[in-house]
Amino acid sequence: MLLSMQDISKAFSGVAALRSASLEIAAGEVMALVGQNGAGKSTLIKILTGAYQRDSGTIRFEDEDVAFATPGASQARGIATIYQEINLAPQRSVAENIYLSREPKTGLGLLDRRAMRDGAAAVLKTFNLDIDVDMPVGHFSAATRQMIAIARAVTQKARLVIMDEPTSSLDEREVGILFETIRTLKNNGVAVLFIGHRLDELYEICDRVTIMRDGQTVAHSAMADMPKMELVRNMLGKELAAFQAIARDSGDDAAKPVRLSVDNAGSGVRVRDVSVTVREGEISGLAGLLGSGRTETARIIFGVDKLEKGSIRIDGKARSYGEPADAIADGIGLVSEDRKIDGIIPDMSIRENMTLALLPKLKKAGIVDRARQQEIVTRYIKALGVKCASPDQPIKELSGGNQQKVLLARWLCTDPRILIIDEPTRGIDIGAKAEILKLLRSLADEGLSVLMISSELEELLAAADRVTVLSDGKSVAVLKRDELSETALLSAMAHQVN
Amino acid sequence: MLKTLSRPFVPKSSGDFARLGVLLALAGLILFGALRYDNFISPFNILSFLRYNSMFALIALGMAFVIITGGIDLSVGGVAAMASVVAAYLSPYGWFPGLAGGMIAGLIAGSINGLIITRMRIQPFIATLAMMLAAYGTALLLANNQSVSVSYDTGFTTIGQDDFLGFPIPAWIAALAYVLGWIFLERHPAGRHVLAIGDGEATANLMGLKVEKTLFAVYALSGLLAGLAGVILASQFGAGQPTEGVGWELFAIASVVVGGTLLTGGSGSVGATLAGALLLAMVFNILNFENGLGWISLSAYWQSVIRGAFLLVVVVLQARLMKKTEA
Repeated sequence: MLLSMQDISKAFSGVAALRSASLEIAAGEVMALVGQNGAGKSTLIKILTGAYQRDSGTIRFEDEDVAFATPGASQARGIATIYQEINLAPQRSVAENIYLSREPKTGLGLLDRRAMRDGAAAVLKTFNLDIDVDMPVGHFSAATRQMIAIARAVTQKARLVIMDEPTSSLDEREVGILFETIRTLKNNGVAVLFIGHRLDELYEICDRVTIMRDGQTVAHSAMADMPKMELVRNMLGKELAAFQAIARDSGDDAAKPVRLSVDNAGSGVRVRDVSVTVREGEISGLAGLLGSGRTETARIIFGVDKLEKGSIRIDGKARSYGEPADAIADGIGLVSEDRKIDGIIPDMSIRENMTLALLPKLKKAGIVDRARQQEIVTRYIKALGVKCASPDQPIKELSGGNQQKVLLARWLCTDPRILIIDEPTRGIDIGAKAEILKLLRSLADEGLSVLMISSELEELLAAADRVTVLSDGKSVAVLKRDELSETALLSAMAHQVN
Repeated sequence: MLKTLSRPFVPKSSGDFARLGVLLALAGLILFGALRYDNFISPFNILSFLRYNSMFALIALGMAFVIITGGIDLSVGGVAAMASVVAAYLSPYGWFPGLAGGMIAGLIAGSINGLIITRMRIQPFIATLAMMLAAYGTALLLANNQSVSVSYDTGFTTIGQDDFLGFPIPAWIAALAYVLGWIFLERHPAGRHVLAIGDGEATANLMGLKVEKTLFAVYALSGLLAGLAGVILASQFGAGQPTEGVGWELFAIASVVVGGTLLTGGSGSVGATLAGALLLAMVFNILNFENGLGWISLSAYWQSVIRGAFLLVVVVLQARLMKKTEA
């Protein structure tokens, strides 16, 4: 065995993140590590690399007991990691990022910049990536940055390369290139630990799989001996009833009053002619390829961007908000796409994050009414099933799914009439996905109007009562519940692209 | 030492534009001075300008490294004052004990800053503010609230007052420090690590860089250079000055910022910091000449106001330039 981790345990603020987890990888093997968000995958990796210290357990690497004090120590020993949030220094050049901490040096101990530049260009070329290695990394797209991070690992001559959701920001062609690289690594005797959610990818590239649930390793087996259903069942720990349709039949479509209606809206170049309606108590889906104007449409409705053409009506009355505060006051909530950038405030507590939008209404004699705040927070933590140690825990310590629930609660406690939710389950594992979707369904059943923007077909198929398809800034199709199918959605999306 | 700026100008970051801006402003001021005042380009003015401002250039260099990591060092003025007193007391034993004593005093203060910041995880602003007070207090205690005369017999005053190959020794010291600083930041791996750490400490840590050691070294270096500035101060003015150094940290920070280094860290240039320090000093020099013309008479207070206003204008212009290049 190249690596053997046994009985690893770790707790944060008293909450167990890992409970005697284990992991074994042989040289030249691609091991899949799967599990829901919060199952403990990231913690296990961070313990292996020395970013966290374990509470108990043993780690053997190349037949020696090891305990890495820092990520630098594990790198020096031959373990390279590509973290989920691509960890590169954005203002430094591509070449520097590839060689940081192991720079080629001249006889004088100074940087050998030519060797750095040439080496970086050469390794990137093996990925079919031809970029200016003197440019700062921050200038490149997420996909390119990912490739740079992988190139960095490759040049480290690692014995084990850990890839934490490496394909999440890559397109199909790039995934192909990545898999080629993984096969090359494998042929050279390098082991790869591949953490991912996309089952097809796992079955394509991985030899064996280790499954985690609730901080424990619940199964490991050869990939070929593990049918998909079995794998998912192990992950969720229950029969997968998750992605059965949770939308209701919309036979009584016309009976429900229209809550939000956007007609021929236009703004800038991204939104040119969009019409969408959301009825009371329904989940209306907004689909389309990347750049089709979905998020931008939400921004117009929410008053972030100005409506230049067309109209927006809420309960039949024309509205055009100058700023989000007006939209919020009118009962509209927006859960944005990127939790990290404009959603959560990582260092603030769950309590503060949840009541951020509500604060103006929580005032009593000019100061925050703590008792009411506490009551609301406790109620929503319970209602949405947020897993946390206490309301005062920093939100950054929660898993992605639980962070999303807190964000959802942030808007729900303002008692909105319309909730716009952009990619509600991005970066969340299957189990939590179903939970979030069910939550949206039950909210809709209580009368909330939900506009759900999603790029995941299953999600739209499972939850939406109706789907409006955007293409190139225009709404090109509206599919009712009984017309919804994967083929119908795909052909609508492809409609104006070709 | 401005090599980094003299290579073909291919702007790759918004910082590059700011760096170009400071050079243009410096050139403009020099041109203005040369055309307007008779003795501006005289050897006397140039040499005394360099002799006096070398101290500030040295602390600005240390500050540049600190700010590139995303930190700040408010203690440099106090540390320089303390070092000047220590150097003055040691000067009777020879020029070297004076020089080394002042530098060691600075190094110790800087190391304490570094330890408090990296080990106890105290914000640099707070840690170095405390050090500033402690250093001034120590300086006043050591000096009994008076200036401490240096010995004129041991060659100590040579450091601050004499010339070598026609240029003031302090200018040579500063030039050497800047050349080494430039090589370190641009060409040495550890210098690049300083930049990467300023770009994000957590990321740098995950990439295997020695974040704590590097931060410690940066604050120790800032203290060392402040100590060296204190030695030059004592040597140049013939006395250890426990009450000098007030506001030096602001001059240093201003020089670094005018040189296009972002206070958020992760970018910065040694050459542009020198240009920034020279630019701010040049404003002062020009105001002196303006007074000399006799048409207006500006008190030191007014000069301070004008320098502040000038700094504000430069910083606002830079911010605009950066916004434009980012858009």
